[in-house]
Amino acid sequence: MALTRRAATNFFAGGDMSASILLLCLAALATLGFFLGRSRALAAAEGKASDLHSRPHYYGVNAALMVLLPALALLALWSVIAPLTIKAQIAQSVPQELVAEGASLDLVMTDVRNLADGLNTAVKQGVISEAKSHSLTTDTTDIRALLGGVGVALGSDVTPEVLGLAKHYRATTRASGLWKTGLVLAAGLAGLMLAYLRTTKEFRARNSVEKTVRAVLVFAAGIAILTTIGIFLALIFNTVEFFRLYNWQDYLFGTTWQPHSGGGASQPLGLVPLLWGTLYISLIALVVAVPIGLFAAIYLAEYASARVRSTVKPLLEVLAGIPSIVYGLFALLTVGPMLMSVFGNEGLGWMQGASSVMTAGLVMGIMLIPFVSSLSDDIITAVPQALRDGSLGLGATPSETIRQVVLPAALPGIVGAVILAASRAIGETMLVVFGAGAAGKLSLNPFEAMTTVTAKIVSQLTGDADFTAPEVLVAYALGTTLFVVTLCLNVLAQIIVSKYREQYT
Amino acid sequence: MTNAASSLYTESARTKKRNSAERRFKAYGLAAIGAGLFFLVVLLWQIIGNGAGAFLQTRLSLPIALDTAAIEKAEGSMMKTSGYNKLIVAGLEGAMEAQGIKAVLDKKAAKALLSSGAPNTLRQFVLKNPDKLGQTVTLSLAGSSRLDGYLKGRVTRDSIADDKAIRPEHLDLADALQGAGLLRKSFNWGFITGNDASDLRPEQSGMGQSVLGSLAMMLVVLAVCLPVSVAASIYLEEFAPKNRLTAFIEVNISNLAAVPSIVYGILALAAFIQFGGGTMGIEAFRASAPLVGGLALSLMTLPTIIIATRAALKAVPQSIRDAALGVGASQMQAVFHHVLPLAMPGIMTGTIIGLAAALGETAPLLLIGMVAFVQTDIASASSFFTDPNVGMPAQIYIWATRADGAWYERAWGGIILLLIFLALMNAVAIFLRRKFERRW
Repeated sequence: MALTRRAATNFFAGGDMSASILLLCLAALATLGFFLGRSRALAAAEGKASDLHSRPHYYGVNAALMVLLPALALLALWSVIAPLTIKAQIAQSVPQELVAEGASLDLVMTDVRNLADGLNTAVKQGVISEAKSHSLTTDTTDIRALLGGVGVALGSDVTPEVLGLAKHYRATTRASGLWKTGLVLAAGLAGLMLAYLRTTKEFRARNSVEKTVRAVLVFAAGIAILTTIGIFLALIFNTVEFFRLYNWQDYLFGTTWQPHSGGGASQPLGLVPLLWGTLYISLIALVVAVPIGLFAAIYLAEYASARVRSTVKPLLEVLAGIPSIVYGLFALLTVGPMLMSVFGNEGLGWMQGASSVMTAGLVMGIMLIPFVSSLSDDIITAVPQALRDGSLGLGATPSETIRQVVLPAALPGIVGAVILAASRAIGETMLVVFGAGAAGKLSLNPFEAMTTVTAKIVSQLTGDADFTAPEVLVAYALGTTLFVVTLCLNVLAQIIVSKYREQYT
Repeated sequence: MTNAASSLYTESARTKKRNSAERRFKAYGLAAIGAGLFFLVVLLWQIIGNGAGAFLQTRLSLPIALDTAAIEKAEGSMMKTSGYNKLIVAGLEGAMEAQGIKAVLDKKAAKALLSSGAPNTLRQFVLKNPDKLGQTVTLSLAGSSRLDGYLKGRVTRDSIADDKAIRPEHLDLADALQGAGLLRKSFNWGFITGNDASDLRPEQSGMGQSVLGSLAMMLVVLAVCLPVSVAASIYLEEFAPKNRLTAFIEVNISNLAAVPSIVYGILALAAFIQFGGGTMGIEAFRASAPLVGGLALSLMTLPTIIIATRAALKAVPQSIRDAALGVGASQMQAVFHHVLPLAMPGIMTGTIIGLAAALGETAPLLLIGMVAFVQTDIASASSFFTDPNVGMPAQIYIWATRADGAWYERAWGGIILLLIFLALMNAVAIFLRRKFERRW
């Protein structure tokens, strides 16, 4: 296995080499464009830069961009489309009887690609010559042994048909690579020529460059939207695939969770116990985090001197900066055994193992304290001082002012902060992987081990996952559920907070 | 009013009640802060208490006679290390005789007390120093995880009752060896530079490989996030028209910042590995590759860094832009020549803090398979980003799931190393803020 990986890496390094040489060529061409553009502009103005429309280097940058942008766009487009078309083309020429023999088209294509990659590796390592690799036949050479010698393991013996397809595949890929290099360089050169010819004294190089830069900025801002679309597609496609194999009612309303490999559509994959575990743990976490966080925020915002505030606040925020896997280990190895000594079999006998809803909930509460406190702190300090002054002036004590004036004014913001904390708790993964347990259970006992949506996403998708089985695809449905729930909570929190803001501005 | 005894100098019952309510309220606040700080102290104390041991390794120094004939025979055989093991056992016998230790030395003693990597250590020493053949050298060999745990108090005579690898007699021998001054705990460089080791050899494992994996991922995150977030923030802060599309992008970014990290793991699995590496056949997008891990973490961190970058741009006063525009700069020139350089310290601070958050993130790495067992050395620059690797938090996860005292110690030790890196990154961010931030 390790050997195949290394072989694949070598091949990649080889493929990468030509790609990086192409990119280097483009970079050289762009540099050339920069100097040519600038010198032509200066020459047109007879050396007087003040006669030009733009500063001389803009003419250079314009030429460089004219080289790079079309060439890179073409390169990206070709790299996306070419492999797909080649694959489709090869797939069309797969003889029917090969598919009919029980193997699916995908399997045949995988064989073809593995063989082609293996031949590439063999040529690269010098085991066979390039010419020999084209004239190989299955009668005269044991190809499987040959490729085994260079560290490529093939699943089965090579049939003449597959070998033919692999040769065809290699030839097309090679041709496509040559065309790509040629066309990309031609596009770069054409851009250079065009920019060179357009460079005159009157040419508005700065405007042209700025327009391009602006387009790049817009594209960067659009990446956020692309990410969202990516998340949607990744979740939706696979979730739909899951519901094709599995009844959606059984998933949404099922009250047992017992996946087993090969279980198909009849295994119980009910969401309810996972959701229950998630919400139970989050509830305990909020019961811990909200009072502590809120009171800490009130003290820091209303009572603490500037010096205390400037030391305590960063210290509390250290808790927020600690990665969640650390909290997971803390739950598993410290808090769990501690709870066991009180509530376990030697104590009250309510607890069976170190992992439980209580373990995970308590530790998650600790993790969320700084989250609640810093959000609430911001909100409390944003309440106008005039409200406090009015209340104190009427003779209320500071605590009465806080309880009866400041907190009611800050309430929507604090509710928003608590909702955000809840969304955090629901989406937390590593802590519950260690702290909560592995079996989905519907129980009221907080000392029992239960599991959560996130923990099950991890367990169903790691290991040797077969991405066509319902017990694996269910992870995507769980992901969709998680995404929808947290998104709703976030939007709700934003609406509440933005309504609150309107009151004082 | 009706209470005649009421005076400014004596507290009425009602005032007393109100004042004590005030004190109580204040005490709640103090108690809450105290609780928060208490949890922090307990957490750090647990981490250091449990993890510091990983940085120490018990070593046994033995005088070993490098018998030329025995070594030649060992090099000629298939199992080279077993020949070297005989030399070590002979060395142990010699040391016991010299120190007058009368403990029982059974066949398994050397195996129980010394790391299974010890013969290889000896072999490497011989290969490196062929001139020492025939002489007697004193080598310091790593102890087994059981011996190590015994000296650190993790392994006791009670806890080894069911243990097949070590017996109480071996611990007697260890006590005698320690009494003779042959056992010593020294700083464990291997833990910082080494690779992961198989299940039964915790004493040979190290974080080195995962530090490199994390470094590769952080480089990818930096290369993706810094330019994209600067460009996106400049557009949104300086150029974007106030329309629905802009509002949509802004809502989008703030929502993405709150999406659970595991969802980014699903995205990376589906988009990069299944679609990019599978359907499109891009060789670099393979499971367990730091490149894919870095891209997943980039998408996850991007919204946070964009928010920080926008805040830094917003902090630059409008007068700077007005002055630049006033002397004839274009809007683009005003931004790139004046606003951006002034916002740079804030941007760097935000970026480093975002990187620190990405460094500690584990869940996405699990989904894209960065929990590989990796022992290979990194061969070239391109394979640095594409060879299967682990990240630091993923390595900690692997060790924690091996569910054994020695591995837990490694996991806590890994956490210490991870926290040191996080603290350093945050210190750099604070330094940049203190040193370069301008208040207007």
